[in-house]
Amino acid sequence: MSTVRVENIKKTYEKGQVLALDDVSFEVKSGELFGLIGPDGAGKTSLFRILTTLLVPDAGRAEVAGLDVVKDLWKIRQIVGYMPGKFSLYQDLSIEENLNFFATVFNTTVAQNYHLIEEIYVQIEPFKHRLAGKLSGGMKQKLALCCALIHEPKVLFLDEPTTGVDPVSRKEFWDMLDRLKARGITIVVSTPYMDEASRCDRIALIQKGKILELDTLDQIITRHAQNLYAVDADNRYNLMNDLRKNTEIVSAFAFGEEQHVTLPPHFQDKYLSEFLKEKGHTGIKVRKIAPTIEDTFIKLMLENQ
Amino acid sequence: MKTFVAFIRKEFWHVLRDTRSLVILLGLPVVMMILFGFALSSEVKNSNVAILDYSNDDASRLLIDRIDQSQYFSVKERLKTEAEIERVFRRGEARLVVIFPQNFQEDLSHTNQVQVRFIGDASDPNTSNIVINYASSIFRDYQNELNEQKKLPYTIETETRMLYNPQLKSSYNFVPGVMTLILMLLGAMMTSVSIVKEKETGTMEILLVSPMRPLLVVLSKAVPYLFLCFIDVVIILLLAIFLLDMPIRGSLPLLLAESLLFILTTLSLGLLVSAVVDSQQTAMFLSLVGFLMPALVFSGFMFPIENMPLPLQIVSNIVPTKWYYSIVRAIMVKGLGFSYVAKQTLILAVMTVVYLTVAIRKFKIRLA
Amino acid sequence: MTKSVIHTEGLTRKFGDFVAVNAITFDVKEGEIFGFLGANGAGKTTAMRILCGLLEPTSGKASVAGYDVYRQNEEIKKHIGYMSQKFSLYENLTVRENIQFFGGIYGLTRKELREKTAVLIERLGLNQEADKLVGSLPLGWKQKIAFSVAILHRPKVVFLDEPTGGVDPITRRQFWDMIYEAAHEGITVFVTTHYMDEAEYCDRVSIMVDGSIAALDTPSGLKKQFQAESMDEVFLQLARGAKRGE
Repeated sequence: MSTVRVENIKKTYEKGQVLALDDVSFEVKSGELFGLIGPDGAGKTSLFRILTTLLVPDAGRAEVAGLDVVKDLWKIRQIVGYMPGKFSLYQDLSIEENLNFFATVFNTTVAQNYHLIEEIYVQIEPFKHRLAGKLSGGMKQKLALCCALIHEPKVLFLDEPTTGVDPVSRKEFWDMLDRLKARGITIVVSTPYMDEASRCDRIALIQKGKILELDTLDQIITRHAQNLYAVDADNRYNLMNDLRKNTEIVSAFAFGEEQHVTLPPHFQDKYLSEFLKEKGHTGIKVRKIAPTIEDTFIKLMLENQ
Repeated sequence: MKTFVAFIRKEFWHVLRDTRSLVILLGLPVVMMILFGFALSSEVKNSNVAILDYSNDDASRLLIDRIDQSQYFSVKERLKTEAEIERVFRRGEARLVVIFPQNFQEDLSHTNQVQVRFIGDASDPNTSNIVINYASSIFRDYQNELNEQKKLPYTIETETRMLYNPQLKSSYNFVPGVMTLILMLLGAMMTSVSIVKEKETGTMEILLVSPMRPLLVVLSKAVPYLFLCFIDVVIILLLAIFLLDMPIRGSLPLLLAESLLFILTTLSLGLLVSAVVDSQQTAMFLSLVGFLMPALVFSGFMFPIENMPLPLQIVSNIVPTKWYYSIVRAIMVKGLGFSYVAKQTLILAVMTVVYLTVAIRKFKIRLA
Repeated sequence: MTKSVIHTEGLTRKFGDFVAVNAITFDVKEGEIFGFLGANGAGKTTAMRILCGLLEPTSGKASVAGYDVYRQNEEIKKHIGYMSQKFSLYENLTVRENIQFFGGIYGLTRKELREKTAVLIERLGLNQEADKLVGSLPLGWKQKIAFSVAILHRPKVVFLDEPTGGVDPITRRQFWDMIYEAAHEGITVFVTTHYMDEAEYCDRVSIMVDGSIAALDTPSGLKKQFQAESMDEVFLQLARGAKRGE
């Protein structure tokens, strides 16, 4: 059974001048942790706003828990939890006041649903009298999640919850999402960090309003197999320039200390080592590697340009 | 209902924690009352007068004494020639020059015809008019004294009485004015800014994705400002009574009730603004230019509406401040009862209902 | 030996009882790409503000481009470039106007400005967009323009505060190509980021924990030291030990 169903959604801004979503369709299964992965401006926020009844699509239709996002506005608002991309709590209210307020807004009390937020809340409880505006990024994010959860939503929409947050807090946040998933809450989350794709059941890669791919992480990577090599040499700046200038090479991008180089299918690693030797490089290292999601995303982006 | 109460409590937290705004909210009426009461008085007192006395006889000396002793004037200088008059005005040493002709007393008693000249500085026409009026009345009084002794027939005596405000105190004018302005400014601006702030910070996005109805959001935003505006009314009235000795002639409960109505009018205006505007800056600008300016111009507080060209007079009718200003003056200054302000009350009530309806209609249940 | 462009010794900044930056000592060499990492609240921003001449330290020594942070902070500002994700360009000015405005701030002459603007627009491939409002361009382009503007006056050091947040993977790499190029031309790059793979692009990386520098080495040196596969692991090992309640 699918909890979220999106069919041919189109959304434009400024009287059709700016195309935000272009014929987007997908489904999220009940109890799934679904990731929308793509850079800023890909259309993630527009999609979230349509699913949370904040915007009306230009064309197409969408359902959340079997309810139409345009017609069943008030019913959907009772059952979804939403965490917007920008920190959107009251900066001049304390942690405790914010939480109590949002509980009341959703006609419930903190006590009634404390079991849902307990694990997260205990981490920020020591600071419960501190004003939300004075919290650090990681704490704000936890508080916002508590506020989005307080009415025991059936579906949770999290728009870039980990943007600008350090790797430790990000990891903790994904651990929390795993536990919420275990409680049966369907979660749709967006992120610009490709490495977070591995934490989702299924992902949609989204770019310029279009879904490039949609499946489990492994399936997507397998489907887009590439003849990919990790290359390193002593002079990295020259290495980079030489690889870019070679027109035989499909693409070369820096990945950490190495360059990930995609070759045409019939080429072998020998081609690269010989080419680099010819260019006078020393300390050449070439090894064939399996693509990461980021390699795959880059490939898809290049194919769609 | 519980949600509503929680919402209002939250609004009070916002207001009370923003100490700077709170100081402005409660300090502004005090500052305005003190400014208008003591610094920006339109009454003319102790104006400097220069005298050019060609006759220098008993009658002229008596009159000069009277001028000097009046609370409106003080005689600063005696001039010798007419050439000096220009200097006196240029340097701003006097607002008025009084010239007595030669043989003033003699001509006065024998020919009954004598000319005294007043020369005023009309670069400030209002003040100069007032000053000349005061000076004329001193001469008229003297003339009347002389006439009483002579018992001349056929004289028409005009007797002027200033009703409701016999001492022509300016507080009768500005206290209702200050009340109108403050309520307009705070009611409309603060409410609109506070709602638009929720849009700007993104909290509105979460509120929208909740089962809470827009009506509730809008109304609960207005409640704290209703209280604050009412407190301001009370502050202004207390200052008027105890600091400026201005009595409230009419019924106090009626005055408070009418103020409450006007506060509701301004709050609904504020809500209307917030429904159509998306940034705090625009909300503030719109409130200042769209509400405060017309409030100043069209309330009748600064400029009499009767003197305006007809189109502007018609425009003034749609400005709510005009009606409230006239209500307050009627009750406070003239001591009139409800039947005299019923029309204005009705107009304000209709305006409030219209603004509020449009505001709620316009309030978006979505983002765009 | 190449000389130091940034030099700090026991640099400390307190806010009341709170020690935001606790006696940090490090050197950044000319032309180096120096990664400045740390969890939220570790004191990165404070340290960076001190080095930019915006905040006076409580104690310790620090100099940037040869100028002392206590006495010569105005000189420092003239010899550094700064770019952050939050504030970079004026959205309601065109690309050309932005370049000319920021160049003007750093005292370039009219002739220099015109030449540099033309070269820059050509180099960024923005001939078509030069007279469009910056607000209408995609984020990745804005960031590239912002970086170019930050180094327009050939500063000794450029400070980049999370320059690549939210950018797509290709643009992110193109951005780093620009960083490499700048470093190659002798501009020292001081950069903060939350992308751990970007940390590996740096010549050396420091990781701040609770106001102190917990580790400083080349990325491969750090991985060896912490027996980790990636910088991500190094970071997690160090930042997990953080005591400060953010």
